[in-house]
Amino acid sequence: MIEKTLKGKPAYWIWLGILASLIAIGWACYFRQYSFGLGLTGMSRDVSWGLYISQFTFLVGVAAGGLMLVLPYYIHDYKAFGRITILGEFLAISALVMCLMFIMADLGQPLRGLNVLFYPTPHSMLFWDMCVLWGYLLLNLLCGWVILTAERKQVPPPKWIYPFIYISLPFAVSIHTVTAMLYCGLPGRHFWLSAIVAPRFLASAFAAGPSLILIACMVMKKFANFDAGKEAIQKLTTIIMYAVIINTFFFLLEFFVGYYSEVPGHMHSLEYLFFGLEHHGEVYNNLVPFMWAATLLNFGGLGILAYMKIAKVFDYRLVGTAAVMIFLALWSDKGLGFVFAGFVPNPLEQVTEYYPTMNEIGITIGVWATGFLLLTLLYKIALGVEEEVEH
Amino acid sequence: MMDNKRRKFLKMAGATVLAGISAPAIVKLSSNPAVAAGDGGHEAPAAAHAATDTHDEEQSSGVRLGMVIDMRKFYQNQGMLDEAIAACIKAHNVPQIPDPKSEIKWIWKAGFGNVFPEHSQKLRSEKVKDNQFPALCNHCDNPSCVKACPTKATFVVEKNGIVAMDFHRCIGCRFCMAACPYGARSFNWQDPRPFIKEYNVNFPTRGRGVVEKCNFCGERLALGLEPACVEVCKGTGAMVFGDLNDPHSEIRKVLDQEFTIQRKPAAGTKPSVFYIV
Repeated sequence: MIEKTLKGKPAYWIWLGILASLIAIGWACYFRQYSFGLGLTGMSRDVSWGLYISQFTFLVGVAAGGLMLVLPYYIHDYKAFGRITILGEFLAISALVMCLMFIMADLGQPLRGLNVLFYPTPHSMLFWDMCVLWGYLLLNLLCGWVILTAERKQVPPPKWIYPFIYISLPFAVSIHTVTAMLYCGLPGRHFWLSAIVAPRFLASAFAAGPSLILIACMVMKKFANFDAGKEAIQKLTTIIMYAVIINTFFFLLEFFVGYYSEVPGHMHSLEYLFFGLEHHGEVYNNLVPFMWAATLLNFGGLGILAYMKIAKVFDYRLVGTAAVMIFLALWSDKGLGFVFAGFVPNPLEQVTEYYPTMNEIGITIGVWATGFLLLTLLYKIALGVEEEVEH
Repeated sequence: MMDNKRRKFLKMAGATVLAGISAPAIVKLSSNPAVAAGDGGHEAPAAAHAATDTHDEEQSSGVRLGMVIDMRKFYQNQGMLDEAIAACIKAHNVPQIPDPKSEIKWIWKAGFGNVFPEHSQKLRSEKVKDNQFPALCNHCDNPSCVKACPTKATFVVEKNGIVAMDFHRCIGCRFCMAACPYGARSFNWQDPRPFIKEYNVNFPTRGRGVVEKCNFCGERLALGLEPACVEVCKGTGAMVFGDLNDPHSEIRKVLDQEFTIQRKPAAGTKPSVFYIV
């Protein structure tokens, strides 16, 4: 099936060319970082995790979000998702590959990465995160490939694959739950020390993943003659809408706990994110624009989706706009704010702000480009098989 | 006489460090046979005179090295604190990196509000406001950094309770830095060696990409010496070092007599560094 990736229109090759150049830039930046050390990033003693870990966290969510396509199709036999379920599985693969690359980019001693296997440490959540991430990646590779092969041969998938599909469902939940546990089990980091982190992660994941799939569907509709079907798209927007509402609700609960209890530690990070933190006469607020933009995009996207439901209109442009808005909102929230704000203020209540460096951004873009390249190739295969079957 | 006894204890503590995981040596570590036999947990002093009706902290058994920092001695002599810090820097090849972003700190000075952010800052005495407090790794009895480390590169040394680091195993994921409620850990964002001012051949330098922190001078204890910072304050009682689980140790005598506080006790990490403010 891999041969499907070798034939395409010029636009396909131009897209791959752009991604390849970005990947090359990413590698060049990584080479610099590898030779000098992580000092080439904007991370510091106080903000010891930056873009790499925040992108990792966000992308685990994107991977888990594929569940919203796989679950209705396999558990509820929702036939309308028949054409796009494979997109969810392939998105999970690409997102997980990005996650693992971001982890490697973040390690101070990447060559020692295997120490996690040589000295397995069950009391570390990072150990479990590695287990579930690799588990989910392998499950999706297996299920995706077997199902697509069966489709190509126009036979039902073999019976033995179903247990793996069913196992992959709780696995999707587990990857984001364990990722949340990296944060929410740490004493002394008040912003993260909240039982709602895992549910909030899941809610935002179930919006972010399907949003990206919607965007991919729009792109493929325009450039690859692929139609996911109006019913499937509408159902996806419903799922996204509810997930966004639940995520917003959970976030507002954090606000209530912080500002009603007035426990300083529970307010500091929220204050830093939304209003700027005043400290010794100086105001630290470099994430404020991102958080308010996220708020506007969040409610804007939600508004568009709600309008379409209430006014009973359906327009691909509106769907695409809403999906992009919601994806960006959730990215700002989880892919930037959540991780960075957890370090502000530091344990000694001093404030250090984090600004990523160009080199760091280069690596980050390189990893994203790698993920999108993989996603493009996988979707190309999936679409190629569907075309072949239809003819 | 007291000093002599402490010397002896430290020598033995050192001997066990050198001996590796030799079980019989543990027995010699404490002057109290009950503690040495491993059931020191029942010797918890609070049980004898429990005037307050609170949930008692569970105590680890065996040797648990700790420190009392008597700020009253430092108020009169802040220079001594600088000397103690300098001694640590020299003993451990701690690089002096000017950029605060990349700083490596084992023991350093900070204001009361920074060291004890969960204590009220208002209406503090002039002494507290005007003086700097030492901050260092608390060598917690329940260290969250050890829990977080995915490779056991940071671990509790069983025979003395020190939270130690294996620089050769650390993968540089910095999970321990996120987990430490005291900001006690530093990461080598770059090669630290050009920033070492005075090179001590008796202690390893670190490479880039690993985390480091105060090690309670495990290497000096092995030679029968006191921690470098404690040695600087010798004779003043500003820093008292010893076995928290030994009811006859000097540090326990200080703790029995004085009111002390720990940093962020609510974090549940059970810090082994106590402050008299």
